[in-house]
Amino acid sequence: MFLKKIALAGAVAMLGSTALAGGHAGCPTEGRVSIVGNEFPAIQTVGAGAMGCAGDAVEVSTNLTADHQTINVPGMQGNPAEYTSAIIANSSIVALMNEDVIRPLDDLVAKHGDGIQPNQLITINGQVMAVAFMANAQHLVYRADVLEAVGKDVPTTYEEMLEAAEAIRAAGIMENPVGGAYAAGWNLAQEFNNMFLGMGGSHFKAGSAEPSINTEAGVKALEMMKALSEYMNPDFLTHDSNATNAEYRAGNTALMNMWGSRAATLVTAEGVPQEVIDGFAIAGPMTVGGGDTPATTLWWDGWTIAKNISDADAEATFLAMKKAIDPAIMADEETRTQAVWLIDGYEPTPAATGVFAAAQAGSIPYPMLPFMGLMHTALGNELADFMQGNESAEQALADVEAAYIAAAKEQGFL
Amino acid sequence: MSTASAAQRRPLPLQIGLWIFVAIWFVLAAFPFFWTLWGSFKVELDFFSIADWTNALTGANTQNTYGSPFTLRGYEGAFVENEFWRNSINTFLVCLFVVTTSLTIGTLGGYALSRSGYKYVFWLLIIALMFRALPQITLVSGYLPVFFDWNLWGFLPTAIIVLVAINQPFTLWMLHSFFESIPKDLDEAAKVDGCTQFQAFRHVIIPVMWPGVITTGLFSFLLAYNDFVVTALILNEGNRTMVPQIAAFLGTTYTEGNVMFAVAAVVSATAPLFVLVMFFQRQIVSGLTAGAVKG
Amino acid sequence: MKHRTFFWFFLPTAAAMLLFIAFPIVSVVTQSLFTPHEAVLIEVENCGPFGCTTETSIDQEATASLRESSPLGRFVGLSIYFDRGHLAFAEVGEAWRNSSGLSSFFSNLMNLPFYSALAFTLTYTFVCTPALIALGFAIAVAVNSLHQRLKGLMIFFSLLPMIVTPLIGSLILFWMVDSRGVLGNFLSWITADPDLSVKASTPLMWICLIVYGIWSSAPFAFVVFYAGLQTVPQDTLESAQIDGATRWQQIRFVIIPHLAPLVTFVALIQLMDNFRVLEPILGFQAQAHAQSLSTFILSDLSGETRQLSSAATTSVLTILGVAILLSPVLVRTWRDFNEKSH
Repeated sequence: MFLKKIALAGAVAMLGSTALAGGHAGCPTEGRVSIVGNEFPAIQTVGAGAMGCAGDAVEVSTNLTADHQTINVPGMQGNPAEYTSAIIANSSIVALMNEDVIRPLDDLVAKHGDGIQPNQLITINGQVMAVAFMANAQHLVYRADVLEAVGKDVPTTYEEMLEAAEAIRAAGIMENPVGGAYAAGWNLAQEFNNMFLGMGGSHFKAGSAEPSINTEAGVKALEMMKALSEYMNPDFLTHDSNATNAEYRAGNTALMNMWGSRAATLVTAEGVPQEVIDGFAIAGPMTVGGGDTPATTLWWDGWTIAKNISDADAEATFLAMKKAIDPAIMADEETRTQAVWLIDGYEPTPAATGVFAAAQAGSIPYPMLPFMGLMHTALGNELADFMQGNESAEQALADVEAAYIAAAKEQGFL
Repeated sequence: MSTASAAQRRPLPLQIGLWIFVAIWFVLAAFPFFWTLWGSFKVELDFFSIADWTNALTGANTQNTYGSPFTLRGYEGAFVENEFWRNSINTFLVCLFVVTTSLTIGTLGGYALSRSGYKYVFWLLIIALMFRALPQITLVSGYLPVFFDWNLWGFLPTAIIVLVAINQPFTLWMLHSFFESIPKDLDEAAKVDGCTQFQAFRHVIIPVMWPGVITTGLFSFLLAYNDFVVTALILNEGNRTMVPQIAAFLGTTYTEGNVMFAVAAVVSATAPLFVLVMFFQRQIVSGLTAGAVKG
Repeated sequence: MKHRTFFWFFLPTAAAMLLFIAFPIVSVVTQSLFTPHEAVLIEVENCGPFGCTTETSIDQEATASLRESSPLGRFVGLSIYFDRGHLAFAEVGEAWRNSSGLSSFFSNLMNLPFYSALAFTLTYTFVCTPALIALGFAIAVAVNSLHQRLKGLMIFFSLLPMIVTPLIGSLILFWMVDSRGVLGNFLSWITADPDLSVKASTPLMWICLIVYGIWSSAPFAFVVFYAGLQTVPQDTLESAQIDGATRWQQIRFVIIPHLAPLVTFVALIQLMDNFRVLEPILGFQAQAHAQSLSTFILSDLSGETRQLSSAATTSVLTILGVAILLSPVLVRTWRDFNEKSH
């Protein structure tokens, strides 16, 4: 699998890349580079890397903000575009594709692509549209000491997770042993996506934008989420991943499905109790309902280049962004722990094992479909009623489909 | 009322009742702030102490980490590492220009509205009010393509003009009601003496309008100071004002430690307001000039 | 004032509002009548770090020519206004036909996002607005009676709920009302219910949002009324005292009538702001329990795929909603205005 390859290639690349490190080697000599993206630490590192190319003839600026998704499309629609590069994930590249604001990178990859690994290239319909630099997935994070105390193995399925949760509660160790980012909205929808794909569901009828979530898999996915929520803090519908992590740090939960990107720093915060630090452990994602596909999705983050800019600026941007994800940055210990990098020379840290396991177990990448965002929004808005016990699973799923259809018609997909 | 004569002196039970009411309101209004102030010297796990809420008071985890229940880490992170003072300067500039501009054009407009008896005045006021009903987020996302196209995006003046414009309906309404309470005889008399409308405004109205203008200015200031939607979407990273920067400290993922930078920043951001209110309270308190009458 | 003079006085503010509010409103209304073109979908093979998959994508060339021929998109008239995400006429009609009684019709209606949001928003608006006006008035009268030195301090502290940015304010309160937080503990202590959780219960969450709404907006009413109190004509007050009016009578017959225009002003502004309630819902992460038109707009604009037409439609509906809500107050203002101009 891809990550294993990287791990093997790691040592070799480390030797080779040291020569590149430092200075402006590999930087563009002139042009304008302007980057918009999200603001978490790994992207800050990439932004800072590109900023390192700034010079007399090279103008580099970054705008890393949580609101990047609201700004990036309008910021790339003008001519010339304000932003020459947008850092996006597989969910958000779709919005840029839909509006046709990013350019194919084939010629630039052919010219300057050495050092970028083939599996970093995101090709859509045969054209390279983005270069990925990090991977992410949700997987199990647990407390080894607590599982040991109740004599349970590390769960590999959600059914086992329920059993372990019951055992922990019965033993009186924790009242709400399960954690989950079930906050109404984006998070809840994402948990449904995981569970639904794990149950073997598929969000749309093949080859069309017609929804197909009001199915047996959909109902079973919701029922499993409901069953899990019985073991969660009663406020689970307000818990996003930050709140879920806080519960774990406080020692209130023992089992949770958490983002790989958040795992490395989970217990490094100031003041985490010693038993939580000692018991902290990571495993791969779980399956559900007897399926083989893990109930999780794979994600990548990468950069794109705007369409409405001069070829010279595009080339400058490509070089600066390539420099920003140069294998040399892997020399820094802190950078290595910020993410599961897809960069040549990355040696996985222990915190990355969950994401690795997710990729190796054949998890499904988050669908890169033009209408997936609409489905995600509809799920986020409509599922809370079911989780609160106000309506049946079938009714909730019918509501999701109705909400999705209204949105998809408006956007011209149906 | 407080200056009332001896005959007006309150009976004791009423006085006590008033004191209790003020005290209760004081606690309600200020408690979360004092809690934040106290917590800003703690580590995150104490501030959001899920394990035991009393940790927020005692700082048990702060004690473990720093050997003292208080730490200046949050302030150091915000001001030294992240140069929060730059954002303070931006906020200062934005507030200064928003308040002066919107009061200048708002006073002229509000005065005109209060002195013209024609029907269209009413409709102008209604239209202005309806203008205010459009959600800000819709307005701002409408501006984005245009600003990007014309290369106006990201700069402080753009944010200032937008803030002035979208707060204009409110300013206009508020100043209009204040001008209504300034007797029309004042400027009518000046006009009889041969002043133009503008001269009458300048020499007669301006000297007596300050309490209303300052109260309105206070709200313009607070709107500019606390604005998030406009500044977060229109300013680029280098020009951020305080509130979007605080949001950036939190980020989407509450990066370890950064939450306390945000808390420290919030506490610091309140200090200038304290000075401001103390400075202007005389004007807020002083009341309109002698003989100001009903609206 | 002459028309000409009025024009010059009013020009700067009018220009600012025209440019930054009126034009956007026109474009928002236009946007709500048009939708993006029908997408020409094709099957493509996408590859990335996790292997290749066959997925659907938009055929950009085919779509580009559609876009060029009519850049505004498809004209759809009012159909977005009537779809399920907005007024949902078809669904309401169906609910009416299929319901056995009023209560089942009502519960079907509440299943539609627009109407359930409306239920919360109206409750919130009509509880918060009068309550915060009353509270603001009481604080103004109380603070006004304080000693000069204390006044300034109390003004500052009374403003705090308004000053501390809602971003952090609600984050802190969100933790405080948590069942393990300081207020949460306090609440379960008074109610003697150790399992009480505000965030898990819809009615409690509504109460919590309303209390927050009153708390955070009362300072606004307070400052306006406080400024108004400074202008209460002392001679009227004194003659009332000479006539032997009690304290309450002075408030009732001198102060309240004097503040009436300010009450109208505060009511107008607060009805509008409360109808557009957004920040408390986000701050308390209460989307599972309460939605408003503003949260819909935000969710349309901030999703992975931005639904501009839907957001524009909800915005226009917000303006209409505000207009309906304010109409009684406006009719009164109209009457006052006519009386005055005679």
